[in-house]
Amino acid sequence: MKPQTQAQAQAEAQDSTANARQFDMANALTALGAGLLFGLGLIVSGMINPSKVIGFLDLAGNWDPSLIFVMGGGVTVTLCTFWLVLRRERPLFDKQFYLPSKADIDTRLISGAALFGVGWGIAGLCPGPAMTGLATLDPTVVLFVGSMVIGMVLQQLLDE
Amino acid sequence: MENFTPFSSLIGGALIGLSAVLMLLGSGRIAGISGIVGGALKGQGKERQWRLFFLGGLALAALTYPAIFGAPIEIVAQSTPLLTALAGLLVGFGTRLGSGCTSGHGICGLARFSKRSFAATATFMLFGFVAVFLLRHVLEVQS
Repeated sequence: MKPQTQAQAQAEAQDSTANARQFDMANALTALGAGLLFGLGLIVSGMINPSKVIGFLDLAGNWDPSLIFVMGGGVTVTLCTFWLVLRRERPLFDKQFYLPSKADIDTRLISGAALFGVGWGIAGLCPGPAMTGLATLDPTVVLFVGSMVIGMVLQQLLDE
Repeated sequence: MENFTPFSSLIGGALIGLSAVLMLLGSGRIAGISGIVGGALKGQGKERQWRLFFLGGLALAALTYPAIFGAPIEIVAQSTPLLTALAGLLVGFGTRLGSGCTSGHGICGLARFSKRSFAATATFMLFGFVAVFLLRHVLEVQS
């Protein structure tokens, strides 16, 4: 390592905090843009509408297969691009990728998914459409989000 | 199948996929909404900040869509208040216990070839179909 004066070290430290702040800003804007795209996708696709979701889940009723196309469109894009992005050493604005590390299929995973599926079937709402629809102040969506947050907090409390 | 909308659903789905790629490429994170809401509830500092921005983006979409596309957002509720509250509890509790929902497991997990996400997606789809069948065709408490 090169010897450096205190002033140089200080300047570098300042540089790196300025960098970190820029990175935080870039991450915040990335999240805002991604949220906007995600929400528009949910609205354009019709998935924000519980009646559309129930139309898909109701195989024995007047079945509407549209949600297969939502899933198909989404997964096609991620399938074609994720592997390329993950060949990078790190993302654009952070030091590392933050990916789920668990690998085994356990009771928690399956029972959680089962409970979620039942709730999804009852109201036709899942977290994305609910959080997007919240801004319309639709009373059903507001009630759903309120109890969803309680459910999440309960689960986190039981975990501790 | 008079409600079938293959084109707008495909385009909307592709936008959701693009959002997930943007999150992964920019910030190295999975765009899973239940994890984002859960993390925003308990996280602090930087970990909470980006999640709140993402949720702000979702709200912005709902607020700007009618002006951009000149069409209202259609939300037709399918459940009574009591059932809605029950559904919310199940979805909140279940997605946190099962580490994800339609977006994290469905859109992102499948593209990472995650066995856990395949299992979770198959499970919540199956239980969604069964719940709707029971409620609407067997118990007939919903119509």
